[in-house]
Amino acid sequence: MNYTTVIGLEVHLQLKTATKIFCGCSNRFGAAPNSQVCPVCLGFPGTLPVLNRQVLVSGIRVALGLSCGVQPRIVFHRKNYFYPDLPKAYQISQYDLPLGSNGFVQVGGQKVRVNRVHMEEDAGKLIHKEGENASLVDYNRCGVPLLEIVSEPDMRFPEEAHAYLKTLKGILEYLDVSDCDMEKGSLRCDANVSLTPDTKVFGSKVEIKNLNSFKAVARALAYEVQRQAAVLDEGGRVQQETRLWDDVKEMTQGMRSKEFAHDYRYFPEPDLVPFSVSKEEIGAVRAVLPELPAQKADRFVREYGLPATDAAGLTAEKASADYYEECVKRAPEGSQGKTLANWILSDVAREMNERGLDDIGALGFPPERLVELVGLIQSGVISGKMAKEVFIEAVESRQSPSEVVKAKGLAQVTDRGAIQEAALSVIQEQPRAVEDYRGGKAQALMFMVGQLMRKTKGAASPALSQEILRELLEKKNA
Amino acid sequence: MTVSEIHALYQSGKTSPSEIIEQAIRRIESLDPKIHAFAWFDPQWVRQQVKVLEARGGGRGPLWGIPVVVKDNICVQGAPATCASKILSGFDPPYNATVIEKLRAAGAILMGMANMDEFAFGSSCEHSCYGPTRNPWDLGRVPGGSSGGSAASTAASFTPLALGSDTGGSIRQPASFCGVVGMKPTYGRVSRYGLIAFASSLDQIGPFSSTVADSALLLGAIAGFDPRDSTSGNVPVPDYLQEIKQGAKGLRIGVPKECFGKGIDPEVNEALQQALEQCKKLGITVKEVSLPRTEYAIPTYYVVATAEASSNLARFDGVQYGYRSASGQTILDMYAKTRGEGFGPEAKRRIILGTFVLSSGYYDAYYGHALKVRTLIKEDFDRVFREVDCVVTPTSPTPAFKLGEKLADPLTMYLSDIFTISVNMAGLPGVSIPCGFTKAGLPIGMQWIGRPFEEGVLFRGCHAYERAAGWHTKRPPLS
Repeated sequence: MNYTTVIGLEVHLQLKTATKIFCGCSNRFGAAPNSQVCPVCLGFPGTLPVLNRQVLVSGIRVALGLSCGVQPRIVFHRKNYFYPDLPKAYQISQYDLPLGSNGFVQVGGQKVRVNRVHMEEDAGKLIHKEGENASLVDYNRCGVPLLEIVSEPDMRFPEEAHAYLKTLKGILEYLDVSDCDMEKGSLRCDANVSLTPDTKVFGSKVEIKNLNSFKAVARALAYEVQRQAAVLDEGGRVQQETRLWDDVKEMTQGMRSKEFAHDYRYFPEPDLVPFSVSKEEIGAVRAVLPELPAQKADRFVREYGLPATDAAGLTAEKASADYYEECVKRAPEGSQGKTLANWILSDVAREMNERGLDDIGALGFPPERLVELVGLIQSGVISGKMAKEVFIEAVESRQSPSEVVKAKGLAQVTDRGAIQEAALSVIQEQPRAVEDYRGGKAQALMFMVGQLMRKTKGAASPALSQEILRELLEKKNA
Repeated sequence: MTVSEIHALYQSGKTSPSEIIEQAIRRIESLDPKIHAFAWFDPQWVRQQVKVLEARGGGRGPLWGIPVVVKDNICVQGAPATCASKILSGFDPPYNATVIEKLRAAGAILMGMANMDEFAFGSSCEHSCYGPTRNPWDLGRVPGGSSGGSAASTAASFTPLALGSDTGGSIRQPASFCGVVGMKPTYGRVSRYGLIAFASSLDQIGPFSSTVADSALLLGAIAGFDPRDSTSGNVPVPDYLQEIKQGAKGLRIGVPKECFGKGIDPEVNEALQQALEQCKKLGITVKEVSLPRTEYAIPTYYVVATAEASSNLARFDGVQYGYRSASGQTILDMYAKTRGEGFGPEAKRRIILGTFVLSSGYYDAYYGHALKVRTLIKEDFDRVFREVDCVVTPTSPTPAFKLGEKLADPLTMYLSDIFTISVNMAGLPGVSIPCGFTKAGLPIGMQWIGRPFEEGVLFRGCHAYERAAGWHTKRPPLS
């Protein structure tokens, strides 16, 4: 039978503020257990929370970045439940007046609505030691500031959820308020999914937790859709519950529902007095919002003459957009922005995909190397086809493209006499380029280097060719 | 001796802190076994402070070398803070409350921790894991509560000053039962940082003393904005002792007619009427006012206060500190046994009530509703304070009752706070001062309520009355 799938995502984002949300403890990841704590974040009797205003600023920044309305009345609530990682036995969170609401994320052609963005504190971490009849608690994470970003149930396929999460992460990275690292837990995602044969009624909602990567989100949702469809096909009812994704077994498993049948008894946090944020304060945050992916894509079209699809592809993640702009900055004037974009979107992207990398920085192929590689093609040292091999080899061996060309035995003429001879004939054949160069057009030199390469069938050392050409041109000038 | 008398002796060099403190230690050691005002008392710890104080240079302010006892729910580094509960047994706070930092900086000597009702739940000081405190005026009677130990220590002249906390009358009612001065400041006047919370939106730390001037002095020392307490008010602290000198002439007080219905002891009523006559003689105008929502104060309070308490006390789960049951098998079992064994019956009663009123499906009917009524109670006062400067009521409908008399009937016990509770609900300052004695020799207290942050006005009126009436000179016959 056919079912409509309804998916919504809840994202928890750890903010990289200097200190925690309600005390002065350092908000540093990876410190020795229980070394980043004080009586306040340990929830000791008599201690009181004081809001870190930077959390509010980051929260407003994210709310605005997701096109949310900002709630000017700041009210915190207590969410009460017992767990050893929660030292006060309540989490300070927001409830009926979230900081941001009614936003959206543009995912390709689809708008995914954002229900709310709210501030809260993170809990500690339980450490279960293998073979021991006890658990340890690390309270360092207690009081780390979090934003919870809740989408509307606007997604119908696991792929859409994956795309939303990617786009959301892209925007959050631009906003530069979090490390957005799913592996380290600074960006966490829970998924709600239900199936219904009748589009007018929602099916029973299942919440999936323990999703530690983008891949896990997509896989867990795909698994869960199949599982629920099978239950419904057999005439059964899907139980409303929380299930954990098992990355190894590639399946979701129900948690014992008794442990999670919570009544959180929300009530306004009396230790934090409600206060108002002025229009001016919100305006000040808006004024310093960075260029977000959609705006940057528009600019790439205008400034670099890229096609819209290329611009969108490059700007989806801040890292690749920055990488591209770094390349353009380093490339000789007038060299092809489009060629660089093609390389990033095709060969570089493919290589990242094959290596399972999310971050272009992890590829070990910095912008100057891509510029160098494209320069080698443009100067005729290697062919475009050769360049693809050189690229893969360069990534593999962590060498520069020129080093690869050398190591691969692409013979290069390094004999000064031979190059000089070729250079002289280029100068003779290209009076206009010579004139241009002397007229101050630096790129004319590159053109002549290219001609020299062609003459030597790509065998001349580009660096040496450039050097000799420049020497000859300067000399004659004198 | 009052604080200013001791201070004068220090200034003239006639005595030293170690002499005064040794006297106090001797008095406590000989008489406290009968009264049991102290939950924790360690003479060596006290002497160590004196040593440090006498060695340190610097100025000698009015609190230098003055003994103070601290209620057992205020965190003092080096002393336990147990809220008179088994569940906090062995808890030594790793930090000082803001009020303690201020007192230590002023050179005060902390004498120990005062007994109280467990987690400040009670009006008799009988709900303590250390056993009850007795009223110095009649050892068969309660000192009031929950700050019963602080009030008794002041009445028994163990210490000239004490710190208590007041959530619904826990300073004023025991002050009235013990014949001393006790003030609950405006909500936000004194930092709550380091006060183990009962009901966060109602709790305030405040002073006990035998004279109004001494309370004014102590409040001045502990009041003020604290960046560690978001609920503390950023309002300058006036010099209350200077303000007192302005006298009471011209003050207008309102007496709510609702306070003289049934349930009020005739002797209390009589004492209050005489006190009001005395006030008139001091140039104070007295008029009748109305606080029609007073009757809702108790039910509303028991919703708001228990709701907050149920959440505030959830952290006592045996994981990090305090008592942990040895027999818990799973984490849930450990929680249940720890809390089942660690909390006394009144604490359990309030936790269960507070959990109920916040539960899904009941929130609107109870907690949501109570917050609205709380606003109405506040409005009552706002209206009255347009006509008068202070509102005066009996502090409690009766003088101190007998030990055990109300233990079996919590509702009757709750009613002893009927005049004090609405003051906390409205966040106002209130002070109880002695206004007479029953024929049986039990103290009677009257309560003065003021506008927010106008403690100084209360001190002016109360000081003038105290000097004219002279009740503060009477001390219980202890031997």
